[in-house]
Amino acid sequence: MSPSAKIKPPVGANDHVQGAAKAPVTIVEYGDYECPYCGEAYPVTKALQKRLGDKLRFVFRNFPLAEAHPHAEHAAEAAEAAGAQGKFWEMHDLLYENQDALDDEDLVRYAKALRLDVPRFVKEMEAHTYAERVREDFSSGVRSGVNGTPTFFINGARHDGPFDLESLMATIEEVA
Amino acid sequence: MADNINKILSPGTAAPEFSLHSTPDQLVSLSDFRGAPLIIAFYPADWSPVCGDQMALYNEVLAEFHKFKAAIVGISVDGSWCHAAFALDRKLHFPLLSDFEPKGNVARKYGAYRETDGVTERALFVIDPKGTIAWSYLSPVGVNPGADGILEALETLASKK
Repeated sequence: MSPSAKIKPPVGANDHVQGAAKAPVTIVEYGDYECPYCGEAYPVTKALQKRLGDKLRFVFRNFPLAEAHPHAEHAAEAAEAAGAQGKFWEMHDLLYENQDALDDEDLVRYAKALRLDVPRFVKEMEAHTYAERVREDFSSGVRSGVNGTPTFFINGARHDGPFDLESLMATIEEVA
Repeated sequence: MADNINKILSPGTAAPEFSLHSTPDQLVSLSDFRGAPLIIAFYPADWSPVCGDQMALYNEVLAEFHKFKAAIVGISVDGSWCHAAFALDRKLHFPLLSDFEPKGNVARKYGAYRETDGVTERALFVIDPKGTIAWSYLSPVGVNPGADGILEALETLASKK
């Protein structure tokens, strides 16, 4: 377990991915849309993507701490519902940029702003169509040794320690 | 603390019995859990950020533990009123036991007491349905050990039946 925690399953076809499959660095974030620390990490991941360009493949998996964060589960389902309409990352970004407004009405507002098929979005949210998908991500996180949010895996190994830009870059330079 | 490493009780050892307060007027004993696996998570203190995360994580993973019919208890030297406030604040759905008087007595029996700091180690035990330690793990005190080791231990236990 701990220091050698490895991601399982590896990044696959079901994952939400930004960047090329052949990129030398893969970062997987297990995150919660309502978690303040994930909110702090959000601009860091953007900066990493900017700095590393096509050397980085960035993957996001859901890890909503639903007991601690009452909006986290629905927010994760909303990102998946947007993903089903091809706009996962757009919704992901909106959620992190508006962490203090994650009520169900807010989620519908974001769906409208992204010009999604809103009736379909609402229907899928009400039916919890993507709850199972979110749960699968969560379980894979637990099995991979996720111990809080956010947890980053860099080329498959859990990154223990601070997640500011310099700390993450230092680990990336070690492994890649 | 290098001299603390490997001193926790190992698999195959009978888990020492205990009877500790889960609330100011309720006692919980090891023998209450006979017949099903029990996870014991010793942690240094309520409220400190890492512990909070660790207990919060187990709270979220309860459903996965329950698939193995396993129960979980957290143990620290905090008093039961402190535990009650902490559990309420974090909405925890499992008992936190108070190893408060004599202080650290149960943790000592499991080899999970930090004499130098006067708190329990961050140590995990999976007890089998008969009361024998099936798996144990001592985490560096600053690192939340996650739940993967516990789940693997529960899986191994289930496959031995």
